[in-house]
Amino acid sequence: MTSPVLPPPASAPNTLFELLLRLGDDRLVLGSRLSEWCGHGPILEEDIATSNVALDLLGQATMFLRLAGEVEGKGRDADALAYFREAVEFRCCQLVELPKGDFAFTIARQFLFDVYAVVTLDALSRSMNSELAAIAAKSLKEAKYHVRHSGEWMLKLGDGTEDSHRRVQRALDELWRFTPELFAGDDGDRALLQAGIAPDLAQLQPEWDRLVREVIETATLTLPLSAPVGIRGGRSGSHTEHLGHLLAEFQIVARSHPGATW
Amino acid sequence: MSSTVINQDVVAEQAEAIAPDSQWPLWEVFTQSEQGAPHEHAGSLHAADAEQALQNARDVYARRGGVISLWVVPAGAITASSPGENGPFFDPGADKAYRHPQFYKVPRGVRGL
Repeated sequence: MTSPVLPPPASAPNTLFELLLRLGDDRLVLGSRLSEWCGHGPILEEDIATSNVALDLLGQATMFLRLAGEVEGKGRDADALAYFREAVEFRCCQLVELPKGDFAFTIARQFLFDVYAVVTLDALSRSMNSELAAIAAKSLKEAKYHVRHSGEWMLKLGDGTEDSHRRVQRALDELWRFTPELFAGDDGDRALLQAGIAPDLAQLQPEWDRLVREVIETATLTLPLSAPVGIRGGRSGSHTEHLGHLLAEFQIVARSHPGATW
Repeated sequence: MSSTVINQDVVAEQAEAIAPDSQWPLWEVFTQSEQGAPHEHAGSLHAADAEQALQNARDVYARRGGVISLWVVPAGAITASSPGENGPFFDPGADKAYRHPQFYKVPRGVRGL
């Protein structure tokens, strides 16, 4: 005698919760990494520009995590999710965790992510979930500017001096293996796809690839020839050692003074 | 005579100490706040080229909103009047009341004049 096991509904809240955590955590962690440049930018104007992008990303993270908390329905708000989760509970991709490196590394990582953000947010802005669609549409405007900024820098660094070219090429070579994770889907993604809530990431990859290659070739850079060995795991809680250090610094004040307001 | 030469040397030295700007070229930024309003000088910034100047202007002068259009102009493209010529250049305009349109009433309904 076996009791009937019902399959979970296609748009089960926990899969939507996972998706929102991925979207929020990518931006929370990348925004934190980028804000490490605040006060250390190569020139005042770029310092402001970089901090500006970091603030955009943190603002987007707040919106995605707030909605995540609502979908989860356990009374957690954006702050609770940002400050009181452990590294294994984070769902960011590993690309955004890596230390900021030199300016070329920061720009190359930013560029790869910005194109990814534009492509995915554009699709998410047509989500059947109207709240998710609204956040995506608002974020898309920011992401379009971000890619204009980082894309311009890719051209300047790639087609700049011998040193800038060498550094940004080195950054690309290091970062490339972290990019397949961006488009790796799982069962939850397929459920959300069937429900019309999330796009098929695999179908977005060719567009990302085309946009990335276009800029990289114009910048006189080359993509790594070897097929990248896919790094996966960030989406399911396996992270690089760097995330823990970032979170320790990011979370310590909120954890030392729970409930504090300022 | 010789003191003049020394002074000029000092000025040149000071200029060299202050001016060598290792940064990118200077651009002047003009912002427009609404349709039909003039572009007004907002400040200046450094940028390597026009596209970067536009981006930097957006981040430095428009990030808090209130701007619908930006102009950036290489600072070197601006020809300015000379402060030393202010007397002959501007004073003659100050004492001719008939040049000011102040002898008629502005019709009601005319705004933004």
